[in-house]
Amino acid sequence: MANTAALDGINGLRDIRRSPASHLAAAMDAGSIQGTVVLKEGLFQTMAGVRVDPRSEEGSRIAAVTGGLPARCGDVGGTDRVTVLWLGPSEFLVVAPEEAHDSLGGDLIGSLVAALGDAPGQVVDLSANRTTFELSGPRARAVLEKGCALDLHPRSFTTGAALSTEVGNIPVVLQKTGEESYRIFPRASFAEFLGRWLLDAMREFASPEVP
Amino acid sequence: MLLISCPNCGSRDETEFHYGGQAHVAYPENPNELNDKEWAHFLFYRENTKGIFAERWLHSTGCRQWFNMLRDTVTYDIKAVYPMGTPRPDAAGKSTAETGTASLAADSTTTGTAAPSISGTSIAPAATPASTTAPKGATK
Repeated sequence: MANTAALDGINGLRDIRRSPASHLAAAMDAGSIQGTVVLKEGLFQTMAGVRVDPRSEEGSRIAAVTGGLPARCGDVGGTDRVTVLWLGPSEFLVVAPEEAHDSLGGDLIGSLVAALGDAPGQVVDLSANRTTFELSGPRARAVLEKGCALDLHPRSFTTGAALSTEVGNIPVVLQKTGEESYRIFPRASFAEFLGRWLLDAMREFASPEVP
Repeated sequence: MLLISCPNCGSRDETEFHYGGQAHVAYPENPNELNDKEWAHFLFYRENTKGIFAERWLHSTGCRQWFNMLRDTVTYDIKAVYPMGTPRPDAAGKSTAETGTASLAADSTTTGTAAPSISGTSIAPAATPASTTAPKGATK
């Protein structure tokens, strides 16, 4: 049981919370093959679901807060700190480091709500909705290709792009953060399944390649 | 497996979509004036076409938007993809109305096409300007 005496404000809560795939951390360590493919769960992040017509006035107000809204499927907007993923023509997922959350002294959610005002649309704090898997290494693409029907070749899926799709039959947002690194955003309830699915997909790369 | 050209996201696997039944079933103008038979007809009676069929689809794990599609129920050939609210194009895949929205060449959406280029969707730019080029990562 959690030590309730430690529940001293928001930081006490932060100490006792568990990320959705935290129980897989040891398995991820053991299943990762350094220099080939590495899987780990990312840190907690602040996420906000935004629904707004990007061509409207309130859309440009939101864009001013986030540093731009992506215009089409695959695009990623935002700044160094804030990432805006395209989920639909008028639906976006704003991702920022944990400190951007209002409860930790940031102002991301509050300023998004203020930017929307009374205009049609919505801003919802979705920080607990999805977790982040970080998959990297030269064989990361081969792992993903076992369960993702997209063309993940670099000529088509370029660095910086993000698509909502399925990996291992789980609906996720897949973001390519570098030449050989991907971020996968599954919903928290799918974290265990997708984590184990990825570990299983990675397992063959631990063995010497059979020519 | 069908490859379906979402107007927003380009070609994606059939597993990302959900089927929405027959398209262009208009809600009755005065539902209160219908008798039970007519109401049941509106609710439950649908075409069972052999051949080209207009149907609704939802890209549920992508952009979560609905669109209409003309599909051959015999060959599964996708003849056209066009936005909700626009009239049904003719069977050749060209729009009959002046909206000019549906102009998917059949070969850009059918399965098994080995075309090297990323075909994506070819919805007219006037309708959806963001979809003129296939998005990054679109399945070929």
